[in-house]
Amino acid sequence: MPPGTPSGSGAPSHSPGASSKSWTVKLRERGVAALPPDKLLPDGQPTYVASWIYVFGVAAIASLIVIVGSGCILALKGPAWWHETGVGHFFNSIHLWSVELFFAAMVVHLWGKYWMAAWRGGRARVWVTGAVTFLVAIPCALTGYVSQQNFDAQWISTQAKDAMNSVGVGAFFNLTNFGQMYSYHILLLPIAVVLLVSLHVLLVRRHGVVPPFELQDKLAGATPPGQAPSGGQQ
Amino acid sequence: MSLLVAAVFNLNHPAHTVDWEFIHLSVANVVVIGLMLIVFVLAILLPFPGAARRQAARRSGGAS
Repeated sequence: MPPGTPSGSGAPSHSPGASSKSWTVKLRERGVAALPPDKLLPDGQPTYVASWIYVFGVAAIASLIVIVGSGCILALKGPAWWHETGVGHFFNSIHLWSVELFFAAMVVHLWGKYWMAAWRGGRARVWVTGAVTFLVAIPCALTGYVSQQNFDAQWISTQAKDAMNSVGVGAFFNLTNFGQMYSYHILLLPIAVVLLVSLHVLLVRRHGVVPPFELQDKLAGATPPGQAPSGGQQ
Repeated sequence: MSLLVAAVFNLNHPAHTVDWEFIHLSVANVVVIGLMLIVFVLAILLPFPGAARRQAARRSGGAS
């Protein structure tokens, strides 16, 4: 390079066969190897995915987007707004009902995946991330219920604190401490849920949708274990 | 100011509950669970749009 040329301009100095790669190169290569673009964002899905039972996972994600969006607006405006104005009350209701839909869709999705034994073919982590998402979403909802700033929330917190105390976590997770519960609800637990859902979806993209039992048996000899058979693309 | 309207159903009573052994649920909760089970069964049984097209493609022996 001519003298005076900034070192960051032009082609990168890294050569393909170099023994010392930067962490960004290593990370990119690992990422692309695990999830090449046509797997990350595929053209289509196997034919067996053409069933209504596969709608509930994405319905849960769509509900989660509405939950986070309405939740952001509630957090920005605060309790007085959602109690004392019509629009605020409406957004409060949107937030509640999207949570109801989220749990309904997630549970029906769970039922479908359980009866399909969707952990087959090396998909144990897909199942585990899904199950953990369900378990984390429950306290996320509970902390929301006790953060409503109304008498119902006060009742829930004073009753449920006994449950927390009975298992020995009451000192660390105090349901009557609004600041703690609100912080868990608007920050810590939503981050956990979104991260887990993202990981879950990336794992589904990586391993493919689990084939039906009959198809797996038929293709047992043709496809190496742990990989999804093509099953015909739509 | 919010408008006071009469509820369509009488809400001025404790919730009706279903009690069986340790299970203690409101009737509304039981109805929701029942509806979810019905939706689950329908999701498995109802044909997905384009089912006839895929069936024809399978019979003709070609991948779509």
